[in-house]
Amino acid sequence: MPAKKSTRPAARELLFGDLWEYDPSPESAPAFIEPRYGLFINGRFIAPKTRKYFDSISPRNEEKLAEIALAGAADVDAAYQAAATAFISWRKLPGAERGKYLFRIARLLQDRAREFAVAETLDGGKPITESRDFDLPMAAAHFFYHAGWADKLDHLAPGRALVPLGAIGQVIPWNFPLLMLAWKIAPALATGNTVVLKPAETTSITALKFASILLDAGLPPGVVNIVTGAAETGAAVVNHPLAAKIAFTGSTAVGKIIRHSLAGSAKRLTLELGGKAANIVFDDAPLDQAVEGIVNGIFFNQGHVCCAGARLLVQENVARDLTARLKRRLATLRVGDPLDKNTDIGAINSKQQLAKIQQLVQSGIDEGAEIHQPACKLPAKGFYFPPTLFSGVAQSHRIATEEIFGPVLSILTFRTPEEAIEKANNTPFGLSAGVWTDKGSKILMMASKLKAGVVWANTYHKFDPSSPFGGYKQSGFGREGGKHGLLDYAELV
Amino acid sequence: MQKIPKTPKCYVGGAFVRSESGRVAPLTDYAGNFFANIPRCGAKDLRNAVQAAAKAGAGWAKRTPYNRAQILYRLAEMIESRSAELAAAVSDRGSPDLQSITEVSATISRIVYFAGWADKYEQVLGSVNPVSSPHFNFTLTEPVGIVGVLAPENAPLLGLLTLILPIITSGNSVVALASRSRPYPAILLGEMLATSDLPGGVVNLLTGERKDLLATFATHQHIRAIAAVADHADATALEQGAAESLKRVKILSPQTDWFSPKHDSVWPIRDFTEAKTVWHPIGS
Amino acid sequence: MLPKTSPALRRLLDDVGPVDEAGIQERVTKYTTRSIKHGSKLFGLRLALSMVDLTTLEGGDTPGKVASLCRKALRPHHAPSIPQVAAVCVYPSMVKHAAKHVKGTAVRIASVATAFPSGQTPLKSRLAEVRAAVSDGADEIDMVINRGAFLAGELQLVQDEIVAVLEACGDATLKVILETGELATCDNIRAASFLAMQVLRPGDFIKTSTGKTSANATLGNHQVMLDAIRDHFLATGTAIAMKPAGGIRTAKQALHFLVAVKETLGDAWLTNTRYRFGASALLNELVRQLETQRTGAYQAPWTFTEDSTGY
Repeated sequence: MPAKKSTRPAARELLFGDLWEYDPSPESAPAFIEPRYGLFINGRFIAPKTRKYFDSISPRNEEKLAEIALAGAADVDAAYQAAATAFISWRKLPGAERGKYLFRIARLLQDRAREFAVAETLDGGKPITESRDFDLPMAAAHFFYHAGWADKLDHLAPGRALVPLGAIGQVIPWNFPLLMLAWKIAPALATGNTVVLKPAETTSITALKFASILLDAGLPPGVVNIVTGAAETGAAVVNHPLAAKIAFTGSTAVGKIIRHSLAGSAKRLTLELGGKAANIVFDDAPLDQAVEGIVNGIFFNQGHVCCAGARLLVQENVARDLTARLKRRLATLRVGDPLDKNTDIGAINSKQQLAKIQQLVQSGIDEGAEIHQPACKLPAKGFYFPPTLFSGVAQSHRIATEEIFGPVLSILTFRTPEEAIEKANNTPFGLSAGVWTDKGSKILMMASKLKAGVVWANTYHKFDPSSPFGGYKQSGFGREGGKHGLLDYAELV
Repeated sequence: MQKIPKTPKCYVGGAFVRSESGRVAPLTDYAGNFFANIPRCGAKDLRNAVQAAAKAGAGWAKRTPYNRAQILYRLAEMIESRSAELAAAVSDRGSPDLQSITEVSATISRIVYFAGWADKYEQVLGSVNPVSSPHFNFTLTEPVGIVGVLAPENAPLLGLLTLILPIITSGNSVVALASRSRPYPAILLGEMLATSDLPGGVVNLLTGERKDLLATFATHQHIRAIAAVADHADATALEQGAAESLKRVKILSPQTDWFSPKHDSVWPIRDFTEAKTVWHPIGS
Repeated sequence: MLPKTSPALRRLLDDVGPVDEAGIQERVTKYTTRSIKHGSKLFGLRLALSMVDLTTLEGGDTPGKVASLCRKALRPHHAPSIPQVAAVCVYPSMVKHAAKHVKGTAVRIASVATAFPSGQTPLKSRLAEVRAAVSDGADEIDMVINRGAFLAGELQLVQDEIVAVLEACGDATLKVILETGELATCDNIRAASFLAMQVLRPGDFIKTSTGKTSANATLGNHQVMLDAIRDHFLATGTAIAMKPAGGIRTAKQALHFLVAVKETLGDAWLTNTRYRFGASALLNELVRQLETQRTGAYQAPWTFTEDSTGY
């Protein structure tokens, strides 16, 4: 119903000012970070054979948090030897007993969730509310879910038995350090494999803290080994002859390198790589909830999410309305110290990542897209970037095709469902997509035509241990979560 | 009266074609006598076949599962009626022998087996996921798209179809390179496919030298997956070449026993599907 | 004009657009994670207190009970830093008794007229009730909409009745109670909000509920109405005020509702001319929290007047 015209002249904008400011509310729980971490091999922390350590700094203020051991080829070899030895007895352990270890790990993680959340935020820069309300509960849930599978593997594959593969090399990214660890370790252990895991070099701390939980849980030595370092260490993990499988989450570029280096090795491989997801909003969508979904889709974890809804495709006749709602919503987002409980957008994970975001945003400006950033004060120290919208974006712009992995949204328009599909699928990636419409049949039609491993309809960025996640095309292969994820950690005989 | 020998042709896009390369390789019979010229396909033929597979694939994937099941069953019927001819081709001896008759009948059984899966595998491979939030969440499979097949030298018919069947059951399309040493059963298979109800282009059969085509199979971006019987060198080359397009590569050993009942399984179907997970809120 | 038949409801729903319930829940859960500490907590508590419509709506209300309520409204606590509430809210028959105590003060008199809470009497008698309350001194009238007519699709009737009550109000502020629990869906709540707002004057209210059913104000239905107020304001320039009522008992809940206001409508609605809490028990909770903040010690319940929950 068209609202009745008012004759009163009125200020038609909302004021999101400082009448009622939220005082700083930093999380005060201690993170218990050691000054120096060794490698976790064969059930104990040891000094690296390289004798080298590197600094882990906090992106929130660039302060040094800890020294992390740099694992060399000899260290990685020791980790694999331990994993291979442990595999002999671990695989023979009854599933129910393996499950008990995983249950215990889940429980211990819940016990120490706050401490881990603080460590995750200090190390990675994500808002404490996210590490507290998402990363930690979800990591524990993954262990709990997979624990229950360990003695039920017979029910997974009709006509086949699952046989564990062996020692598995796992390389994980810096955007969800502990959660990605859980996604990797839980299914591997549930199916009877052992693990050599390498966290990302900027976010090793929660993985190393996790090692102490493994000790408390009494997990047999060598079942999980954690080696830290950068690309060279990762290459050593990937190329070690004892690796039965490599599971990698990270960039498409590195995924391709791994695919190359494993060629002919007969090692199994699953890859969870990059994305450039389309978030498609039709004119009949619940617009305010769509705005929340868009915000959650691109600003969750500072946009450091492989399945981020980085391309907003909005139906032309609601584009103006939706963009206005989005800008208004941006005005209430709080950017700043990730340790503050009222922060919505925290710190960019590293200096390099910040530089990459800045460079791509500059390319958007140079290519003629229209930029919008809300006024916000960024902390003087640390790595921060304001939430950014680009409108007037063309399909060919770099900001519309390359993965930015930052809080930057490109807005494009479409007129018909076919056009939306065409634009959404016009990418080498295929990890995720969003659809917003009030019409059920349109959702199912869109969901079936979008080339993406996960389709969020009238929602975005939902995850669950029981729900398979993974990509089409150059977003990788294999799934994580649910029964599908377990199948990728076993041989079906 | 003289017999009219057949000119063997490849089967691409539902049509019988010679190689665009203009090259052929002579095929001899068991006695070493000239039998026919087999097309020696090149990269351009492969490209054409991929185009045909792309054109046919979308429609094939959209067919109802019941329809795909019936079409596959119809293929079994078409082969059954020409089984003697096919067995003769498989035997390389001009006449059927026990081995070749067994291979043909195993092939027919396997076609019937996979015909039955077409409207069932989703209930085994898909799932409804009990997520801990107010959402309905399900995972279903979709075909990956165009799949390249590199056939074995042993069991030229059964091996080829054991690779192809799980791929097309779920709605993918195929570009296959037949056995190099024994391509003739694939030539006949093409003729049988043409008279079945399988839409032209869903299965495309090429003949020729593997070394001419291996790199193109591996690197062609539009080919989304490969099922190959390959030795270590070929496997390495395929996986190297597949890295840039990140296509899925499934390698089978040249020693594979194609008669094994292990091939009668839903799991090879899974190898050439993508799992798609869909979320939707529950509310009023 | 609105057709009198049921397609009108469908049309209204289409015009104002749909609401996704799960999405609303997700949004409001974020409000509850806001951490309100120190100065901002003090400010929020005082603000909330100044927005309370201190309410008594019992069959057993007497002039004496109303008098005591008024005294509490004027001076909720002996500490001078504790502000007055916005209004007292009573049945029409009690307005004249309330007037004796608060007329001439900053505390306003609100009255639930229109056959509260069901609204199930003839329009004529509902209007007479409104006029009586206003002439007895009511500054504000809380009316209920005709939910039966709304659900039957007779939107014009619903809107006409609001207009009639509005006229009967004269200068008194009108608060339109949607009784969200009976509207059942988020879509209906949004539609009913617009139906009311289209005929309201700037400064009139829409209100969630009567507090007389089991379904009270929730952050969810509150958010649906805030979104509607925002959209109406941006489209017309008319600023409608908001009043959640029923079920808001703790100071923490009140702060969560205010966070929703701050982040949806902005600073201009953080005032008791644009926002109220319909509540009774909440007042003591707010005072108690303010005293805790002031003294640095957790407070026992018996220090606060009329608290019956003490042990």
